[in-house]
Amino acid sequence: MARKRTIMIFLRDVRGALLISLWFMFLTFPIMVIKVNPIERTVVWRWDNMAYVGLLSFLLYLAGRQYLKYRERRLESSRRQSMEEKTKRFLRRLSENPVPAYTLMAVAGVFALSFPFVFSTYQTNIMITALMYVVLGLGLNIVVGVAGLLDLGYVAFYAVGAYSYALLNLHFGVGFWFALPIGALLGMTFGILLGFPVLRLRGDYLAIVTLGFGEIIRLILENWNEFSKGPSGISNIPRPGLFGLEMPLETAITYLYFLMIGLVLFTVFVVRRLQDSRIGRAWYALREDEIACQAMGIDKTRTKLTAFALGATWAGMAGVIFAAKTTFINPASFTFLESAIILCIVVLGGMGSIVGVILAALILILLPEYLRAFSDYRMLVFGAVLVLMMVFRPQGLIGHRRRTYTIKPDAGRSGNAA
Amino acid sequence: MDYFIELFFSGLTRGSIYALIALGYTMVYGIIGLINFAHGEIYMIGAFTALIVSTVLSIYNMPLAAILVLTVLASAIWAGAYGFTVEKLAYKPLRKAPRLSPLISAIGMSIFLQNYVLLAQTPDFLPFPPLIPEFAFMEPVSGVIGSSELVILTMTTSLMLLLTLFIKFTRLGKAMRATAQDRTMARLVGINVNMIISATFIIGSGLAAIGGLLIASHIGQINFFIGFIAGIKAFTAAVLGGIGSVPGAVLGSFILGLTESFATGYVSSDYEDVFAFSLLVLILIFRPAGLLGKSSAEKV
Amino acid sequence: MQPDRPPAAPNRTLLEVRGLTMDFGGIKALDHFDLRIREGEIAALIGPNGAGKTTFFNCLTGMYAPTAGDMLFFLPGRKTVRLNGLKPNKVTEQGLARTFQNIRLFPNMTVLENVMIGRHCRTRARVLGAVFRDPRTRREEREIVRRSYEIIEKIGLADQVNEFARNLPYGAQRRLEIARALATDPVLLLLDEPAAGMNPRETRMLDELICRIRDEGLSILLIEHDMKLVMSLSDHIFVMDYGKKIAEGPPPEVRRNPQVIRAYLGEDIVHDHA
Repeated sequence: MARKRTIMIFLRDVRGALLISLWFMFLTFPIMVIKVNPIERTVVWRWDNMAYVGLLSFLLYLAGRQYLKYRERRLESSRRQSMEEKTKRFLRRLSENPVPAYTLMAVAGVFALSFPFVFSTYQTNIMITALMYVVLGLGLNIVVGVAGLLDLGYVAFYAVGAYSYALLNLHFGVGFWFALPIGALLGMTFGILLGFPVLRLRGDYLAIVTLGFGEIIRLILENWNEFSKGPSGISNIPRPGLFGLEMPLETAITYLYFLMIGLVLFTVFVVRRLQDSRIGRAWYALREDEIACQAMGIDKTRTKLTAFALGATWAGMAGVIFAAKTTFINPASFTFLESAIILCIVVLGGMGSIVGVILAALILILLPEYLRAFSDYRMLVFGAVLVLMMVFRPQGLIGHRRRTYTIKPDAGRSGNAA
Repeated sequence: MDYFIELFFSGLTRGSIYALIALGYTMVYGIIGLINFAHGEIYMIGAFTALIVSTVLSIYNMPLAAILVLTVLASAIWAGAYGFTVEKLAYKPLRKAPRLSPLISAIGMSIFLQNYVLLAQTPDFLPFPPLIPEFAFMEPVSGVIGSSELVILTMTTSLMLLLTLFIKFTRLGKAMRATAQDRTMARLVGINVNMIISATFIIGSGLAAIGGLLIASHIGQINFFIGFIAGIKAFTAAVLGGIGSVPGAVLGSFILGLTESFATGYVSSDYEDVFAFSLLVLILIFRPAGLLGKSSAEKV
Repeated sequence: MQPDRPPAAPNRTLLEVRGLTMDFGGIKALDHFDLRIREGEIAALIGPNGAGKTTFFNCLTGMYAPTAGDMLFFLPGRKTVRLNGLKPNKVTEQGLARTFQNIRLFPNMTVLENVMIGRHCRTRARVLGAVFRDPRTRREEREIVRRSYEIIEKIGLADQVNEFARNLPYGAQRRLEIARALATDPVLLLLDEPAAGMNPRETRMLDELICRIRDEGLSILLIEHDMKLVMSLSDHIFVMDYGKKIAEGPPPEVRRNPQVIRAYLGEDIVHDHA
């Protein structure tokens, strides 16, 4: 009996999968199958693509059904306190017992420190890029992940940082170390200037305004030739120096690498401390319920502005380093897609989770670099990741865990993180 | 004076195309409160479908009228199918999620569709053959308004009229308005809300596709990225008019089209897009409800 | 609660509202509404659904901007504050805290964190303090935890400090909202239907809690439909209908007022009885 039912259900799934695959074969028919050349008036029919689409959607549908069933079953069994609870308890034990966590951190630390000496300059360069995205991701995480403000123009502040170093260096010969705080400060200034009028807008409008602002900055950089040298960009930007020391390229890259590691550590330190503070709590609360926040005496605009400006500061800093790393910048580096990639890192990593963001940045930036075959599909996958994460796992790879407090028996003299 | 009239008509043409796209934004926003970020991509896919279908048909030496009709139908149908599928995959599972989740999902969809067309077709610009011939009777005024502009204007105006009549008088249109006002209530009185939402996406997508094919044949080239700018501009127009309001979207589109046309004609074309973006930022800051929209205070 | 607060002096006015009008495009949700609350009393605001009670709270707390009228807050030992035009967070800073009819906790934050948010407007650490954790910030942070925990203990949720707010049972969520409001050190506590959806046992606990809060020197204004609770708790009752005050007085008086009975039960019944 039971077996007959399983077969019946399976057959129903297969029928569903067939229908779905037919639908997708129809849907993708013009774009996937036909390729025309309107000038020479020739057509290429790529029927094999149709077969791939059909097969892929058939399998994906079946897999999706199985996954949903699995999830349902797991939910059911977790009600009887099972797997879920067990993993949770395991994780808790892991975090209560710091030894494995510390070992993991030590291994990661050793790996990070020895990286430029073990791998080639080329690899180190890629790693620097990845670390840059870690910093950008952590910066945007303050804005999007923690405070819940969807900023689609984040790259504008990155551009502000990059151009401030490039232009200051071009006109006044300002060095990297001097430009770094200036870039950060300018990023913050722009963040405040933009944030002030727009932060009282509702979430989705805020997203669009920031997107518009980001594009405005890019278009100005592209068209205002006298100021920014237009689309041809600025080249020969010096790499970061060390007390005026001349360094061969290889050393310079290694140096830059450690600088990035330092910046990542600094960022993690700052973000962690912020999350565990009065301001950080207010950000989380603001994400949860703005009206209740105001009723609790939180100045909505000011709190949002702080998050926005901090995010912008980090983008400005990352921008200066970006200019110093590539030694050449032009407006094409600061398109909306760049903002989308950073957003993707935050979403994949888990809104508000530091470890998650670091992991996601490394995965999303390193994977396409090392899997060359995959790199053409990079943006396609980024788009899909955004959709899939929202639908299946909105909390990200690693959801943020709330801090717990232990109250000592003497009426709670102090609060310690557990 | 001729130059002024020429700019005026080119502004109207621009505006009417924006209107076709903006209607989709505004209808979807009215019904599920989502900025359908992938809408511009639907427009782009509509244009690509039109290019593909019309080229294939012309290779098989179909008569021009048949090509025209079949192309319009095919691109509207396929775009509608894409709109329908996108809603089912990326938005429907998120109906109860926090407000920003479907928006992020929409951004993902937009990026996905752009790169899907880039990979399946081409990253380069494709020339788009003019679908609309030069009419002989337009000869005397061709200095100020071209034939294709005339066709675009007639076609968009009639489509907008049809849409208005549809929303006002048909059963489905009334159900749409009811769903836009109060989804729960609409469901309680027996309206199939899922069906209404799907219908909204299909209609909006079809309109965008027609806009896409008209403008592509007018300008003469397309690529995978045209949806992004067009989408943002149409969204600007929808917000300008008051998002959620159908007449507002049309009004906003014409205002945007005309101002853009005059600004690029008399001032400079370098900052054409900056202008639209700045307008968007300014409206959202100073009058987020738009010209015809109602401001809605959040319920406490 | 605050050691430096002068003792509550009965009969001294704490809040005075005069001619408050809120016009929503032709519909007057509040129509020349007057109200006066004395220090240390529990006042109740009752009336049929849609009478404008919550609108009144929203005007008072700065969520809505009233069309006309005055709202004056006479803080003991301080200057009188006109509440009109203050932003919600400023109103809270002045010493008015509220709860919401449809609970508005921060669901994905813990019980303790919810209450800690209430301390926000009474503390000062900013970004630099948070990053450098200077002694002052650390002291402040300890103080936030201590005070919040104290309030949670009082409200009876001490075993659930680290539980997510969304996981609490309904009655506990309502109490947590009160705790959160208390954490802002209010002088006047505004409770919007605190007993809604509570079972009799929870209502009794609430009754005790409100009395205890009053005994600590706070004044309370509550909107409530549970007449038993209102009659047993309040010192003074205001009745409103269609945005107007139709009656006020101590409970026994209000209970007998024919206008009140009419507003609640409808015209005919009163005539039948009369």
